[in-house]
Amino acid sequence: MGEVKLMKGNEALAEAAIRAGVDAYFGYPITPQSEVIEYLSREATKRTGMLVLQAESEVAAINMIYGAAGCGKKAMTTSSSPGISLMQEGLSYIASAELPCLLANINRGGPGLGTIQPAQGDYFQATKGGGHGDYRLLVLAPYNVQEMADFVKLGFELAFKYRNPVMILADGALGQMMEKVELPPQEPRVNVEYPWATTGKPKNGERRVITSLHIQPEKMEEINIRLQQKYQKMKEEEVRYQTKNLEDAEYIFTAFGLVSRIAMKAMDLGRQKGYKIGWIRPITLFPFPEKIFQEVAPRVKGILDIEMNSGQMVEDVKLSVCGKTRVEYYGRMGGVVPTPEEILENFERMFIKGE
Amino acid sequence: MAEENVDVLVENIVTPENLVYRKPTTLLDVDMHYCPGCGHSTVHKIFMEVVEEMGIQNDIIGVAPVGCAVFAYNYMDVDMQQAAHGRACAVATGIKRMLPDKYVFTYQGDGDLAAIGGNETLHAANRGENFLVIFINNAVYGMTSGQMAPTTLEGMVTTTSPYGRDPKVMGYPLKFGELIAPLPGVAYVTRQAVNNVQNVRRTKKALQRALEYQKMGLGFCLVEIVSNCPSNWKMTPLESNKYVQEVLIPYYPLGDIKVPEVKK
Ligand SMILES: Cc1ncc(C[n+]2csc(CCOP(=O)(O)OP(=O)(O)O)c2C)c(N)n1
Ligand code: SF4
Ligand SMILES: [Mg+2]
Repeated sequence: MGEVKLMKGNEALAEAAIRAGVDAYFGYPITPQSEVIEYLSREATKRTGMLVLQAESEVAAINMIYGAAGCGKKAMTTSSSPGISLMQEGLSYIASAELPCLLANINRGGPGLGTIQPAQGDYFQATKGGGHGDYRLLVLAPYNVQEMADFVKLGFELAFKYRNPVMILADGALGQMMEKVELPPQEPRVNVEYPWATTGKPKNGERRVITSLHIQPEKMEEINIRLQQKYQKMKEEEVRYQTKNLEDAEYIFTAFGLVSRIAMKAMDLGRQKGYKIGWIRPITLFPFPEKIFQEVAPRVKGILDIEMNSGQMVEDVKLSVCGKTRVEYYGRMGGVVPTPEEILENFERMFIKGE
Repeated sequence: MAEENVDVLVENIVTPENLVYRKPTTLLDVDMHYCPGCGHSTVHKIFMEVVEEMGIQNDIIGVAPVGCAVFAYNYMDVDMQQAAHGRACAVATGIKRMLPDKYVFTYQGDGDLAAIGGNETLHAANRGENFLVIFINNAVYGMTSGQMAPTTLEGMVTTTSPYGRDPKVMGYPLKFGELIAPLPGVAYVTRQAVNNVQNVRRTKKALQRALEYQKMGLGFCLVEIVSNCPSNWKMTPLESNKYVQEVLIPYYPLGDIKVPEVKK
């Protein structure tokens, strides 16, 4: 077993970044995730030589990542909702130029300046593109502090495999709460020469150009087709999810991140009352685990989707089941966290009392 | 004259001993998209001459802006990244911090550097980022066909100041070099032009000095080049160079604004 520690989610993510041999972190403070840049400023450079730079804004931070990623380096940032909005321009360019990078959104309540309490209102922004143009991020949704740490290494592996930005979509509670976490071993920072990286024109080769500009529409369409093929490959190879009690399930609770834990508790309470409830937790939000929903849909009486927003993932659930079962949503917004009791109550209202 | 005779004639003339001028090998041999007489092409050429003469083609990474020079990477035969509008200094920060032993430069217009990218430029300067910023000041948005820039002079007519720039409504022409020169992170600020041969030579020297300062690790270097935009100024190239001399340079005087003390 690796080193076990009691840590905040934000700190676990930061520690995991050091241990994953990340080359650079660029960021701008915002609650509820400032612990990441604070932790890295204290620990990272002295331990691995990793660069930690506080940028003048999230706009600058994401463009610093563009530059560093374009040199083939492992570069990352973290922020929370308003800051992630500022990064959308850069993410669109990074996705189009096909550069690898990792970012985490420790989602807080919005819209606007909102609240610093946990929320999931950025699901659409994270999974449907976010910035301009037809592109996707690969989105991982941790549900505990352990995954806040584990998804750093996984995130970089996927980012470099697909040359695509990867987002960890968590929320303020996952960032702030303390849990036991088994830390991965320290990996060295490695210098890999990628043929596409701009590190100085090779003596016996062509210059490298990193760009997202293709004036000819046919060429731009070609790039779009390549991107779509990449997203299709992600759908085939990278879908991750977790299930419980599907064998005898008549109903399904589905939720991602923190809410999936509350939904699990609500499922347990429901089973004590005799309701046969199963549980599906999407781990990759893009690519969305469509198939598992398609599989269970014909044999259940309904799916309750629970979110800390006005019902965003529920659209993907509905698209997946394609009318084959009833899908309802229950959620709280603006930084309010639902309780297991309230979820069960609403489940009974919608599905048992037949409202 | 028959065509064959011309070919023979050319062959006899184009010989090594007759060579008086050639393109630098660091400039790709392709047609440029710049309008005839545009300063961008001159600056591309002399900067690539500097890169060739210093022998650093394999050790330099450039950042192209959004603006008429967005295609700089089609001409400069060096590794390049194309940045979002205004973000070149942030992108260059990412590159230089990862590859501190390489030369890094950005190439930006006035809109890119001083308007939408003002914050990125200012903070890169204030951090003393050790790279070169080549700043093409043509007092107008060239690429988007002639709107007002932060550097547009008072009274100057553009498509968005059709009655002349009125500072009470539109603010004053911004001297970005003077603005950042006092910052301790800034090593070198100079303003040059490419409207005549003498100025072209001076500009080339300034670009070379800036790269030498970068090699010494002295910090942020800004080479501002007062340039033209004959197409959007609706002038011939010659008229535009005259306008640079008689109208722009009096407001944007040429010369060094800040020079580092170099210990010998
Ligand atoms: C975010 C964004 N806003 C606006 C534009 C449109 N745009 C392209 S170039 C440009 C101005 C360029 O002017 P300048 O930087 O002075 O360069 P020049 O063409 O004069 O060399 C503008 C506004 C854009 N590409 N991106
Ligand atoms: S529009 Fe102006 S700045 Fe752009 S290439 Fe033509 S002359 Fe040069
Ligand atoms: Mg301009």
